[in-house]
Amino acid sequence: MSDSEYILELKDITKIFPGVKALNRVQFQLKRGEIHALMGENGAGKSTFIKVITGVHAAEEGHMYLNGEEVHFKGPKDASKAGIAAVYQHPTTYPTLSVAENIFMGHEIIKNGMIQWKEMNRQADELLSKLHANFKSTDEMGALSVAQQQMTEIAKALSTNAKIVILDEPTASLTANESEELYRIVEKLRDDGVSVIFISHRFEDMYRLASRVTVFRDSQYIGTYDVDKITNADLIKAMVGREITDMFPKPDVKIGEEIFKIEGLSRTGFFKNVSLSVHAGEIVGMTGLVGAGRTEVMEAVCGITKPDEGKVFLNGRQLKIKKPSDAMKEGIILLPENRSTQGLILTWGLGRNVTLPIQKKLAKGFFNDIKKENELARDFLEEVDTKAVSIFDPASSLSGGNQQKVVVAKALAQDNMKVIILDEPTKGVDVGAKAEIYAIMGELAKKGYAIIMISSEMPEILGMSDTIYVMCNGRITGCLNREEATQEHILSLSMEHNDKKREAAQ
Amino acid sequence: MEQKSLIKKITGSREALLFCILIVLGIVVTVLNPTFFSPTNIAQIFRNNAIIMIMAVGMFCVMLTAGIDISITSTLAFSGMSIGMLQKHDIVQSTLLMFLIAMVIGCLAGFLNGLIISKGKVAPIICTMGFMYIWRGMAYVVGNSSWASGEDVSQFAKFGKDGTVGPYIILIIVYGLFFVLMKWTKFGRKIYAVGANAEAARVSGINVDNVLISAYTIMGLMAGLAGALSVSIYASAQPNMQYGKEMDVIAACVIGGVSMSGGRGTIVGTFLGALILAIVAKALPLVNVPSIAQNTVKGVIILVVVIVNVVSQRMIDKQNLERREM
Repeated sequence: MSDSEYILELKDITKIFPGVKALNRVQFQLKRGEIHALMGENGAGKSTFIKVITGVHAAEEGHMYLNGEEVHFKGPKDASKAGIAAVYQHPTTYPTLSVAENIFMGHEIIKNGMIQWKEMNRQADELLSKLHANFKSTDEMGALSVAQQQMTEIAKALSTNAKIVILDEPTASLTANESEELYRIVEKLRDDGVSVIFISHRFEDMYRLASRVTVFRDSQYIGTYDVDKITNADLIKAMVGREITDMFPKPDVKIGEEIFKIEGLSRTGFFKNVSLSVHAGEIVGMTGLVGAGRTEVMEAVCGITKPDEGKVFLNGRQLKIKKPSDAMKEGIILLPENRSTQGLILTWGLGRNVTLPIQKKLAKGFFNDIKKENELARDFLEEVDTKAVSIFDPASSLSGGNQQKVVVAKALAQDNMKVIILDEPTKGVDVGAKAEIYAIMGELAKKGYAIIMISSEMPEILGMSDTIYVMCNGRITGCLNREEATQEHILSLSMEHNDKKREAAQ
Repeated sequence: MEQKSLIKKITGSREALLFCILIVLGIVVTVLNPTFFSPTNIAQIFRNNAIIMIMAVGMFCVMLTAGIDISITSTLAFSGMSIGMLQKHDIVQSTLLMFLIAMVIGCLAGFLNGLIISKGKVAPIICTMGFMYIWRGMAYVVGNSSWASGEDVSQFAKFGKDGTVGPYIILIIVYGLFFVLMKWTKFGRKIYAVGANAEAARVSGINVDNVLISAYTIMGLMAGLAGALSVSIYASAQPNMQYGKEMDVIAACVIGGVSMSGGRGTIVGTFLGALILAIVAKALPLVNVPSIAQNTVKGVIILVVVIVNVVSQRMIDKQNLERREM
């Protein structure tokens, strides 16, 4: 083994896709046993870069050195043989198979042509206990939470004796506690001598874990910095190429009358006795751990699921909402968390997506008014400033942040909108687009809409909300106003109940 | 340069590509048998395949919603036998009424499919498989071990007999109507939305269950219409009529570029798909392919066309990706 300082080094890597240069002469150096953050906006080329390292894509130009020796990977198998393992944002698992089967997929323990189940389960359990996992090797993968599935993926990486582990946005779908758990595991990996590349949009992740950070922008290498020597502002500037002076442009809006009220809403097994109220111009933040029931409450409000009991009021009038179209008729608009499965039809053009909920209103009798639809779509897409070339571009051609803006335009197009519910509006969205989405929310508040924002991200909850509701285990455990809310306070409210329950169980 | 853009245009549109395939097919057949494209032959092709073509429209709607219906020829047989028996026993003789009765029966059958699939959340292929047996069985039951012969349905057969324009008019109406319906109306947009992403459609306020029920009801309506037409064209009603032809209908749609996973396809494509299949079926005996090998050749042609289709779809997707800003 060579004693080069770097376990992995890439030089002048260029990757060209039809029509685009996804990577333009980028470089990267990973020290032995370090945690190295890789940051940049969506579309900066991070994922492509990871795929070059893991042998999924072959670079057109450039060199890659492993332990000082040049390597050429022909496919993911070569990379995995060389001790490189990647854990992706959305765990690429087999939900119907057991944890052990997932861990050993592709490198099963085989003796005399037979799979050694006992040995595989034993080794899997060993790996899991190393990670302090609270599930067994024989559990079914699909029954696990996202965090647990990610842990399984990490166990899988360990089972191949990986020396370099790449984590692609691992905290994106995790709550604060779960992230903490992940940090612990990653630190343990580092202490065991594994080198880690960590991709994330969250600054907390980087500060908490990484010793160095490399920034990509527009498919190019911008620089590598020591984490304790770079300021937040400098890092953002490196990432977006301009200064963002105010990340949370929360305007001072005079809060008006109560518009929207939920009283004692319950759905067995999901949430119980949820009450909240929203005023004109108010941004209400809803937070809590993933699975606390926030999304479920809003889905019930919007008629996607049926609550067992409880009342919903709009301007003092009780509503009867049985299906999504009822809520929309009343002007309650949901921007769902999952843009690709609930928010947009990705294969359709942007314009079609924007006018889908209102095509009925615009139609002349039996026929669609396509001219009017296109006009409206163009107006609303301009209002949210998507970077699309035309309204006929398919939604799939946009980055996450721009897709989210299209979802906002879709909501704006519904001219009777009174209440707007945003579920994780900036999930998987890069820093630049995040600031723009916050600005749009501020504009909406100014116009006097009642806004509910569900979010797991502490900075945006604290930065944007007038009132913060914290949920835990399907109940609202606290309601804080802007002044009294602190990170610690919110965290304790989202877990307090949990602990009590645990105590009671013991 | 201009030529390049023409190539791009062709590879960029599946209908244009299908049209090219059709022309190439036409040239090959004409070279092998110069008399193939005589007016009578063409009229024959449409008349013999009117039933498949009409049902392909319904199948197109169902497949757009990511579904499938394999009960259609059973529905056809049941509705066809029902009106056949009504004529045999001299209960009804009006041609218009015959069509209406068959279509109502078809609608009900389709509605039941839609209801069970949407509300009962039964997989389309399973649900329609059940009805495939039920309606075929019912066709035998209403016949009570008998069938309606040419004599029984002689009055009704005048509508579809060789040389009349009836079948062609029905074809034109059906395709014209659905071309407009799928392209320019709210309803068409809803079907595409549900097929492309049912969850997003639901959140956008579309009643997905109703759309599914409508799609299967349309399919049933087309099967009923095809049942009546079948009795009229072939001047008989038998319980085993059009047995196994549902696969031809599905093949027509698939060749026409309708995606099995929903949300993708056009009525023009469906028409061209059905036409390609019809020409192949008609041409094979005329260009001296031995009858025992005809099915094999047909299968190969279906696969080739579908593969060309898939490749062209990939090129379209790639062209879209090239526009993506990075």
